[in-house]
Amino acid sequence: MISSVLLGAETTSFPVLPALVAIPLLTALVIALIPGSRDDYLKITALSGSSITAAFSIWVMAAFETDDSLQFVWERVWAADLGASFSLGIDGISLFLVVLSGILFPIAIMCCDPGHDHKPYYIWLMVLMAGSMGVFMATDLLLFFLFFEVVLIPMYFLIGGWGHGDRVFAATKFFIYTMAGSALMLIGIGTVAIGTARQTGVLTFNVFELAEAQALSPDLARFAFIAFALGFAVKVPLVPVHTWLPDAHTEAPTAGSVILAGVMLKLGTYGFIRFGLFLFPQAAKDLAPLFFTLGVIGIVYGAVVATVQKDLKRLIAYSSIAHLGFIILGIFAMNTQGIEGALLQMVNHGISTGALFILVGWIYERRHTREIAALSGLQSAAPIMAAAFTLVMLSSIGLPGLNGFVGEFLILLGAYSAAKWWTVVAVTGVILAALYLLWAYQRVFHGKAEGDNATMADLSLSEGLSILPLIGLIIFMGLYPKPVLERMEPAVETLVAHLEANIDGFSEPGNDGVESPADAEDLVKAAIHGAEGEEGDH
Amino acid sequence: MLALLAQTQVQIPEIVWSVLWPIVLLSIGGVLLITATSISPRLRVGSFPAAMTIVLAGASLVTLPLIWSKVRDGGGQLPVIADAIRIDAFTLLVTGIMCASLIVVSLLLDDYLRTEGLDGPEWYVLLLMSATGGILMAAANDLIVTFLGLEILSIAVYVLAALHLRRTKSQEAGFKYFILGALSSAIFLYGIAMIYGATGSLRLTDIAQFIASGNSAGLSPLTESSLLLAGMAMLLIGFGFKISAAPFHLWTPDVYEGAPTPVVAFMASAVKAAGMAGLLRVFIVAFGVVAEDWRPVVGAMAILSVVIGAASALGQDNVKRMLAYSSIVHAGFMLVGLYAAASGAAQTGTRSVVFYLFAYAVMSLGTFAAFTLIGGRGDQNHSLSAYVGLSRSNPMVASLLAVLLLAQAGMPFTIGFWAKARVIIAAANGENYVVAAVAMVAAVVAAFVYLRLIVTMFMISEPDEAGEAEASGAQLRISRSGLFALGIAAAATMIWGLFPGFGGDWFGEATRALLELR
Repeated sequence: MISSVLLGAETTSFPVLPALVAIPLLTALVIALIPGSRDDYLKITALSGSSITAAFSIWVMAAFETDDSLQFVWERVWAADLGASFSLGIDGISLFLVVLSGILFPIAIMCCDPGHDHKPYYIWLMVLMAGSMGVFMATDLLLFFLFFEVVLIPMYFLIGGWGHGDRVFAATKFFIYTMAGSALMLIGIGTVAIGTARQTGVLTFNVFELAEAQALSPDLARFAFIAFALGFAVKVPLVPVHTWLPDAHTEAPTAGSVILAGVMLKLGTYGFIRFGLFLFPQAAKDLAPLFFTLGVIGIVYGAVVATVQKDLKRLIAYSSIAHLGFIILGIFAMNTQGIEGALLQMVNHGISTGALFILVGWIYERRHTREIAALSGLQSAAPIMAAAFTLVMLSSIGLPGLNGFVGEFLILLGAYSAAKWWTVVAVTGVILAALYLLWAYQRVFHGKAEGDNATMADLSLSEGLSILPLIGLIIFMGLYPKPVLERMEPAVETLVAHLEANIDGFSEPGNDGVESPADAEDLVKAAIHGAEGEEGDH
Repeated sequence: MLALLAQTQVQIPEIVWSVLWPIVLLSIGGVLLITATSISPRLRVGSFPAAMTIVLAGASLVTLPLIWSKVRDGGGQLPVIADAIRIDAFTLLVTGIMCASLIVVSLLLDDYLRTEGLDGPEWYVLLLMSATGGILMAAANDLIVTFLGLEILSIAVYVLAALHLRRTKSQEAGFKYFILGALSSAIFLYGIAMIYGATGSLRLTDIAQFIASGNSAGLSPLTESSLLLAGMAMLLIGFGFKISAAPFHLWTPDVYEGAPTPVVAFMASAVKAAGMAGLLRVFIVAFGVVAEDWRPVVGAMAILSVVIGAASALGQDNVKRMLAYSSIVHAGFMLVGLYAAASGAAQTGTRSVVFYLFAYAVMSLGTFAAFTLIGGRGDQNHSLSAYVGLSRSNPMVASLLAVLLLAQAGMPFTIGFWAKARVIIAAANGENYVVAAVAMVAAVVAAFVYLRLIVTMFMISEPDEAGEAEASGAQLRISRSGLFALGIAAAATMIWGLFPGFGGDWFGEATRALLELR
């Protein structure tokens, strides 16, 4: 690990990772200096700042070498006496989440206008972008926690300032829930660092060093894991602590919903992989049944509640709970397929749910309602929007050939070998997803258009352009997930090897059936081809 | 009799004046200020008193590096006046906090007094005296000097709290503060007597030695000397009152509400820092050996403070009362750090408290500076409704106040985060998981209080209310000096939030002075 870290440092002279944080911040500063009356300048500045950041993140993906090392490492001493450092790095686990954040922000900025107070709106979005970039790149526990918490502030202001309905309540609930969850995480962080320092004599918050050391006693490790897990569970969200999500997602402005679903929910699941599993393998393994159960409850509960929603946006919010349940299932399967599927599904969910929120936002802009009962027959008035909605919805359902399928399939594959009966229940979630989404689609787009529904405008050119990248990704990743999976694989395999080495009597169950990840890919391909007949029906 | 007197020669200890510059400047400067303004009444009005206070405090700040280089050459600390006072990194740090607080409060007071028609030098003289007392308290290596410092600090502040002559609430606050403060001082003094009875000394270092030798001889002070235990308890009550830790906090909301807001800024920053500094010095240096004995009491006070403070803050509609309760939560957090220091994490625990008292001084100065500005003429606008739509009428003040409130909530990249994180890491180090968990949960509840204020400023825009607020906002006259003071505090909040090691390792040196150099 150490040698590869050095290697990463040699290959890059330009500090690209700090740039990913700094560019949005600089953009925010520039926006602050532009006179508030020039709304168009504000938007263009925000758009170009976020696009440059996105370009850098894509460049990082292109330059990323496919191995398990931490790359583009950038490290500076921060609080010397605490051993805290400002250290950023990217590996196969974080790479695509960084790229996802990079892509979603320009789209979220382009898709929708705030309507009022443009200046602070774009400033908060750019600050949020800096935080979202930082949180996936931080390799120091304290730095991660800082970013993890700091993204709350811009999101809180975005929901509270530009949201709909009971926005202040939703924003405050969101803030307090998340902060309460992460309150104990700080104690967990202290426990890990101090506990390790007692064994090794070095106080550090570097996640790789802490994970290598594995110096905590089992009881302490379990306590620390629970402290971390509470914070992540609220963010995911897992079922008993999910109630902030429907409110926050529904009341947030469209861009806020896109980022909330696309990026911020991933903080929880990413945290489980990067910190939960990595730092506390044994504790995670011991508590895995609990998380299987919560994940499966989330899948079924989210789907059932989504089915009966009257508000289109709320329906999508609940569908997120179901999707994230799948991701949790994959993570705690603790094998290569499961974790890889979970990672892929995080990206997929970000793309498809982000796109759904954008489309619903556009419907709301035109019709000033999101109530399913008030909408009907939009297909005839807005055929292009209907087509886009169909595709995105099918991706969200997990139709073979589109991106959602690959991740879900890998998760179910991994989870089946680790937790058979839970997986059996989880599969019903796939069916329910088809039910609530298709039913909603049918009610909103089919039928007879009356009144305002009949005259609703179709997508404009700029709207079409802003959703096009997401649709392209949905198709591309569905047909050819290899470039993504390939880059994730080495890091995930290293993580699984780390789990095997540090859990008593545990070897990856998936290895019996599927030898190498290449095989997993073949399986996916075979499944796609097998399902092509089905696809033709639509 | 006369012959006897002639025989005993009074020993005057040698005094190294060169390291006492801050104390000399502030106290003599205060006397000069009141003399000068009595001789020439023209100097009473205008900005002369404020300017002189700022110059005195600034000059004291400038002497600090010079004194530090002397102290460093002297091995980390200099015993002065027959070892009754220790000049070390800790003293210097607290001196710095006092001077910074003086500067900010003077900037606020200048305009405040003119608006209220109350100008006069006595405010500044009292502030200077009070700050001198605070420095003495932090520097004292002798319980009598601690007591002297405590009284000099307090009596000036009792008067300051009551000095808004037209507001009965201010008089009431001063009276309440005085009665309860006098009681706590009496208890404190009684405690000193008991400690003297138990250990035979008033020097902190001698007390520590006495207790340590008793310990090594196999005598546990816990069982051997109830006198010592009672003395420690009484000292803790006295300090607890000054730092407004529960259950000795009851005066805080009333006094914070009634006292003139710039004075509250001084009370929350300087008085609390001095009280905490005295508590640290006495309990770490003198009673560090018997930490086992006072540990549970400090732990209980910590838990009570964070819980009571956070819970009571929720229901408040007056921002000054709100922040009074929040200051109780912060006192509780400092005690969590002290509790950790007593639970085996001496270094990290002490250091976390040292950092916290600095951080809280910065945050509270800024917050009450903003309240002073928003309070307006008559120091009246402190209900939550006065903050509706402030982000539109005064975006600058609202944004800076939001930064400070988020810092108090412990949000990342502010000084408040590092303060909180250090305390919690120290608690993990001392294995005080329960106390840490309670403190963090209370911090979340307290965060709700700050959010409520932020919501009011930024997010409530009901048409009629907003219109009204804009009207009242237009009347709000923001003084330049006040805005400058607020800006300094907000900038410091961000600088130490982004670069926690900014300005060198003062906090480490101060901790070393308390723990290692005895």
